[in-house]
Amino acid sequence: MNFDYTDEQNAIRDSLSKWAAQQYDFDKRREALKSDDAWKTNWATFAELGLLMAPLPEEFGGLGGGPIDVSVVAEEFGKALVVEPYVPTVVIGGGALQYAGSAAQKEEHLNAIAGGERVIAFAQAEPKSRWALNDVTTSAKKDGAGYVLNGHKAVVLGAPQADHLLVSARTAGGQRDAKGISLFLVPKSTKGVSTRDYPTMDGTRAAEVYFENVSVGVDALIGAADGALPVIERIVDEANAAYCAEAVGCMRMMTELTREYAKTRKQFGKAIAEFQVLQHRMVDMFMASEESYSMALRATIKLGESDEERAKAVSAAKVSIGKHSRFVGQAAVQIHGGMGVTDEMRVGHYFKRVTMIDATFGNVDYHLRRFTALNAKAVA
Amino acid sequence: MVGPVIYTFGTPEQKQKYLPGILSGDVWWCQGYSEPGAGSDLASLKTRAVREGDHYIVNGQKTWTTLGQHADWGFFLVRTDPSAKPQEGISFLLIDMKSPGVTVRPIKLLDGGYEVNDVFLENVKVPVDQRIYEENKGWTCAKFLLAHERAGIAGVARSKRNVERLKSIAKAEIGDDGKPLIEDDDFQRKLSELEIDLSALEMTELRTLAREQAGKGPGPESSLLKIKGTEIQQRLTELTLEAVGNYAQPYPRGLGDNEFAVGPDYASAVAPVYFNWRKASIYGGSNEIQRNIIAKMVLGL
Repeated sequence: MNFDYTDEQNAIRDSLSKWAAQQYDFDKRREALKSDDAWKTNWATFAELGLLMAPLPEEFGGLGGGPIDVSVVAEEFGKALVVEPYVPTVVIGGGALQYAGSAAQKEEHLNAIAGGERVIAFAQAEPKSRWALNDVTTSAKKDGAGYVLNGHKAVVLGAPQADHLLVSARTAGGQRDAKGISLFLVPKSTKGVSTRDYPTMDGTRAAEVYFENVSVGVDALIGAADGALPVIERIVDEANAAYCAEAVGCMRMMTELTREYAKTRKQFGKAIAEFQVLQHRMVDMFMASEESYSMALRATIKLGESDEERAKAVSAAKVSIGKHSRFVGQAAVQIHGGMGVTDEMRVGHYFKRVTMIDATFGNVDYHLRRFTALNAKAVA
Repeated sequence: MVGPVIYTFGTPEQKQKYLPGILSGDVWWCQGYSEPGAGSDLASLKTRAVREGDHYIVNGQKTWTTLGQHADWGFFLVRTDPSAKPQEGISFLLIDMKSPGVTVRPIKLLDGGYEVNDVFLENVKVPVDQRIYEENKGWTCAKFLLAHERAGIAGVARSKRNVERLKSIAKAEIGDDGKPLIEDDDFQRKLSELEIDLSALEMTELRTLAREQAGKGPGPESSLLKIKGTEIQQRLTELTLEAVGNYAQPYPRGLGDNEFAVGPDYASAVAPVYFNWRKASIYGGSNEIQRNIIAKMVLGL
């Protein structure tokens, strides 16, 4: 058995961490968050470093890598608290096109993603759908040669930066039916699309997206009409595996920052790292981070297996990492004391990021239920 | 916090001067206890007060002063005898926050708000009659205040109100199975556990109050109330965060910005409150310190 990264993967990791240390340190990131355009510079760098093309097929401008490459990037992004919409664009957008797109759609959009010219956000959740992927009321009605879209999509991550929206919409069936859901790739500038942009709890950006009689051609349809749910489940699982790796990066940083702080902060005449109760807490943080890495890696490796194996491994990782990251985040803040609650210290921002990740595409409860249901199905 | 100190340790003139404003709510007070180097280890505080005639000249820095930017007066722990043992050279001073030499600098917290402050004291002249109790005996007042603060932090009534609020949110939220969240077995179980923990805390607090009525004020056992009370408060913020689902993610730019909530109104402050309430297991003596107090003072370990 060998779980080491390849030379190429190590090279990606090294160049990314060098870039982050020089161009994306905490102060520069803070400045970038205040600007509407700073992300564009970073995005161009991601393209230069090959991060956008890494997992995409070679025939469409990619490097032909796979999920492990994505997880290497995601973990480093976690460490650097990168806020640019990598997962929505590369993993979700790129995934949907790879698995369901036509040759022409792949040619057009995958090349653009790889080159840094296409940013995609996934307009999937709705105000009352919570995390249920099958709960879709946004409608796409056949109209001549194309479709007309109407509906409201909630908390669309990366929509403010995106130029295209991948939209799940109902072409047939009732609100919660598994069949009858279709995927569309729609330029954000299409008439009838409007957004309300806002920051999220961790400094990333999202939007409410409204579709009002939005006419699209049949070429906007990605894959077969009515049959998109299995594709959606797959790309969301892949996105979750990447977010799990990102959470691991955050947890490792919180553990390290806390260790450093505890060794320098003195109370009662000695470094607080000398108190056993805090030593044990930090050991638990370390163990939680290591187990989380194991679960993220396991989920990533199993992305290529059957739908059920993949789904179970990803849900297991989301449960494990959701719990562990909450513990690590809270412990990191606690050991930093009052300083941990301030905006000025980096550690709290990792805590925010892992909290955000837990609430993305299903929290612990959601995935525990999904895992249990998949188990029950296997027994039946 | 300061009211009980004044009516227990103050002179008749001090009671007359300060208590009516507290009772009527006209005068707001803030706490000058923690310092950058003296948090959990409060007795290591360095802010210095030097006696000059009928005044003290105070120099130093306090931090985590809650709502100090709005306070009229502050109560401060200062060192009046640097040669004595840490606990024995401290005095308890009341300082008018408008005094020359007092500078308040708000600190931005994780929720984006400004709730606590650094307070800088630079040659602040404080009349000696603003000292409560004897010089160098301030630690007695400090500990007395902390016992009341800890009991107050327990916040049973507020948690009971927040449980009701959580229930009303869970009635409005639809779970992933399409049914109201309040009908979800997993959620119900978590809510029930929380309610049971809260009743245990309430009953324990009532026992403490009964003892206080009998003249045995809160002692080291108030640490238990502080630990359990803050654990319940934090658990409530976690469950509320879980209840609102992905509408916890939008982060309002700040209360009072006159923007509509992105999702339901009740969801808009949930994440900031979750982050903000991490403070509860840190302030008033961290929960680790409270366990040390119980270990030492109650269990005699």
